[in-house]
Order: sequence, then structure tokens, then C-alpha cells
Amino acid sequence: MPHTETLPTLETAVPINEPEFQQKEMLLNIGPAHPAMHGIIRIQTKLEGELIIESDVEIGYLHRAFEKSCEESTWNQAIIYTDRLNYVSAAINNIGYCMAVEKLLGVELPPRGQYIRTLLSEISRIGDHLTCVGASAMELGGFTVFLYMIKGREYLWELIEEYCGARVTTMASRVGGMPYDLPEGWLDKCLWVVKEIREILRECDILLTNNRIFIERMENVGVMPADRAIAWGWTGPCLRGSGVAYDVRKDFPYLVYDQLDWEVPVGRKGDNLDRYLVRMAEMEQSCRIIEQCVAKIPGGPINCENKRIVLPDKKDTYGNIEGLMNHFKLIMYGHGIRVPEGEVYFPVEGGNGELGYYIVSHPDEHSRDGCNDRAWRVRCRPPCFPMVAGLTEIINNYMIADIVPTFGSVNMIGGELDR
Amino acid sequence: MSKFPEHIAIEKTHPTAVLDWHDRFGDRTLIVESKQIVEIITLLRDSFGYDMLVDLTAVDYHPRRPRFEVVYHLLNVDGHARLRVKVQLEESHPHIASIVQLYPIADWLEREVWDMFGIKFEGHSNMKRLLLYEEFQGHPLRKDYPKTKRQPLIGPQN
Repeated sequence: MPHTETLPTLETAVPINEPEFQQKEMLLNIGPAHPAMHGIIRIQTKLEGELIIESDVEIGYLHRAFEKSCEESTWNQAIIYTDRLNYVSAAINNIGYCMAVEKLLGVELPPRGQYIRTLLSEISRIGDHLTCVGASAMELGGFTVFLYMIKGREYLWELIEEYCGARVTTMASRVGGMPYDLPEGWLDKCLWVVKEIREILRECDILLTNNRIFIERMENVGVMPADRAIAWGWTGPCLRGSGVAYDVRKDFPYLVYDQLDWEVPVGRKGDNLDRYLVRMAEMEQSCRIIEQCVAKIPGGPINCENKRIVLPDKKDTYGNIEGLMNHFKLIMYGHGIRVPEGEVYFPVEGGNGELGYYIVSHPDEHSRDGCNDRAWRVRCRPPCFPMVAGLTEIINNYMIADIVPTFGSVNMIGGELDR
Repeated sequence: MSKFPEHIAIEKTHPTAVLDWHDRFGDRTLIVESKQIVEIITLLRDSFGYDMLVDLTAVDYHPRRPRFEVVYHLLNVDGHARLRVKVQLEESHPHIASIVQLYPIADWLEREVWDMFGIKFEGHSNMKRLLLYEEFQGHPLRKDYPKTKRQPLIGPQN
């Protein structure tokens, strides 16, 4: 039976006149997991050729219910969740959370404890910046820089490991104190590591700062003016790269930062290169802080006096009945640290910027004294959340290849971003 | 306790807007009426230089009434001043005006509060979930969210 339909010819099979084949724009999904982006994130882009004309950033692939978990655990148990927010600077997360609870309790560490916290924070900060700059350089082809910087990070992680026994999940703080005093010879090793870090920074500076490929990929790319950066809530090296000298350590001093001599480096334009230069300068400042801390650290106790907050020494727990009772009283559910009703917001300067904890203590139906042994609500204000929210603004109207250095320079940390 | 300058300035234009204020633990806090939140935040931004919205979150005080509190943390970057503004919302249909037109970062922060607490922000153009997927049922940071509940499976079923 002869069919009546005519067979398609070349002209009818490819309908070149239809508008969908003529449109200039293309939608392209980058991510959720993409080799050019260290983190799980999806960027939907609308392209015209290679130019990004519109983009939408989607997060939430790592959401692991940090805030909900904190409501279920006691004040000290929640510290372990703060480790998981940022694996390169976990100690800053621990310390920030503990200091927020301490603000609610109204206690302060003795000077030696504060110096140890400052040292750990700065060690973590250098590690954070080394990872960020190294990864950005690697994504632009500078693999040597990555290896050198990871070598430096390794020295820093060895210091952290020597202090608390872990490299990335540190749990290097407790409410009202520090878990351990410094091991023998640790401070000398700190000075040795600072020397090595300086050498690495010098080498990487030679490899990157005058490298034509690196400069041309970074300069005038991803420009964020200062007023927009503030409106987007940017903090840390990204805001300072835009020329705003806001640093929590200087403007709202905590620990011993106001007793030390250091500077806040700022950039001018707010492009990727400025963010890179600010990070490099900040590592040098952190080295200075570590050296001063090592020189000035006093002796004495590392924990606050209050027995209702800090666990007793192990020799007391195992050696006398008061110590044993004290220990159990703090560990048992429904007893523990009694935090009065109230709410505080406490910011510290994390590797990426202002890391704030908003902590609410509110008595539940089981509470008899108006205090609670666990948080009613713990809100973490992660520094990279505003940076990733503002990412669309600094990748629109740039080439698709510019996503790589721009994304590297905002330093997204999945654990902190999605919590 | 004496009033903050911000409080006095708000009272001049919005006499009934500030319900309470306190300075506990060194954090200055204003509790304001929910209907005038946009005007108050605009005033604080333009007259007092609170140019950064550091954080926007909510707290569920179930079973207390009013149940929800929306908390704004404002920062004056040059003047190094912080201020917390709180708004209390009732349990049934919690909603408040959006401040996206004042701070672009509120876009994501409000979406997160909607996602986690189910508080609607009126005037927000893209009120969809941020951290969880669209098919997720309920709002997990509410105190009465069933923690052991299974969520519907999505995606290819074969």
C-alpha cells in the first residue's frame, strides 16, 4: 500500500527556520559536582556564546542539619558538630562556638588559655588561606603552587595533631577552657613552622604574583565594588579585597588580638587578584601573630575556675570522690553546664570572614532552675554564605572560563555553607 | 535603663513600633512590631549607617505564645556598632514583609528561614526552598517537626 505522506527531505528534516534553532542564548548547568569547583554547588548559566548573561546559584547538596543536631546535644557535645563545618579551620569554629557559650555564661579564660586559642586560630587561618590560594592556583594550572602550599598546610596540621590528636576534626576547645595544655617543645615547633611557611609564601609569590597567565586570569575579573560587597554582607578577605578594612579581630577584639601588633591588609578594586593578594598578606600577618604569641605566652592555668563548667583533671576524677562526682555531674543528661536563659551573638574572624554564632538558651518543660543543659537554638552565621549568594553578581558578564578563578577566590566551604 | 539613640529616633516617627528593648550580655536588642519592619530597618540603615545585614534567622519558642521570633543582626561597618532587631510572630500563618530591596543578601537568608521555619516573606520574588528540595514536607527547624519522619522519595522510580 503506497503511503500518502511525503518522505522528509533535507530541508524539512532540519527546520532551520524555527526560532528554537535560531536563538543565541544557551542554558548550561555547571555542577553540582564539577572538576573546576572544589565543592558541591550548581550554577545554572544563560550563555551568549561564552559570555554569561544570567546565572543562578543553587546550594543545599550537603545539608546535614547542624543546627537541629545542636538542639539535641548538650553544650559540650555540640562542639563536635562545629568541627565538621570547615575542615581546614575547624579550630576557629570550635573556639567561636565555645566563646559564644562563655559569653552567655559570663566566664572568661585565664591568659594562657586565651593565648593557646589565639595560636590555634592563627594556625588554622594560615591553613585555610593556603588551601584556598593553592586550590585556585591549581585550577588555573599552577600545580606546583598547590603542592608547595599543601606541604605548608601539612606542617600546620602536624602542629594541630600534636596539640589535640586529630588533624581535621580537632574538637580543640571546651566551654570554659581548653582540653589540654601545650605539649613540650610545641612552641619551638611553631616557630620552625612559621619559618617554613614564610619560605613557602616566598616561593609561591615568585611563582604567581608576576606570572602573566595567573595575572591575566585574575586581574579585573570578578570585580565587586565596596558598597555592593557590604550590601551583600561580605566579610573577611573578600570584603577587604574590595577595600574595606573590616576585621572582627581589630574592630570587635576578642582573645588577645588587641595586645598584639599586626595589620589589616586591604585591596583596592575587589577583583580576584586583590582577594589573592589580601590572602597572601594576611598569612604573613598571621605568622607575625604566632611569633608574638610564642614570645608572650604566660604560664598558669588554662581553664576557668568554675567547677560547674569545666571538667576536673583526670587525676581528680580517678583519685578522689569529689572529682568523680564533679565529673559525673557535668556529664549526666539533665545536669551538665547550666546556662542561664538568654541569647547572644558572638562573632570571630574565621578563615573566610565573620563567623558568628547566635545562641539561644531557653528553659524547656524539664528545666527546674530556669537553666538548660542544651541549646534551644544554635545558629551559625557562616562567612561564605553571603559570598556564594553574591556570586551571581561577579560572574555575570564575564566569560565562562572566568567562573574558575572567581569561584576559587570566594572560597566556598560546603560544610559551612549548607550546615 | 536608658534608651538607645536608635530607639529614640524610631519613636519619633513610629511612636508605637518599639515594643521592648534590652542590653543583656552586651548585645543591644530592639523588639519591634512586625508590620513596620521595613520602615524601621530602612531608618536604621539610612540614618544610623547599619549598612550590613549580618544575619537573619528565626527561633521557634514552641509552645510559648507568640511562637516565632525573626531576628535581624545589623552591623555598622565603619562605626563598629551592632544592633539586633527582633520581631515576634504568631503561630498561624507567620508572615512578615521582605527586606530584599534594602539588602540583597536577604534574598537567600529569607529563603532559608522559609525553608527551615515556614515563615513567609511577603514581597520576596523567589520564595522557594534553599537548602532542601521542593518536595520536602514540613519545616525541619520547627520544634514540633517529627524527626523520625520519612520524606517522600523523588527522582527516577525504576
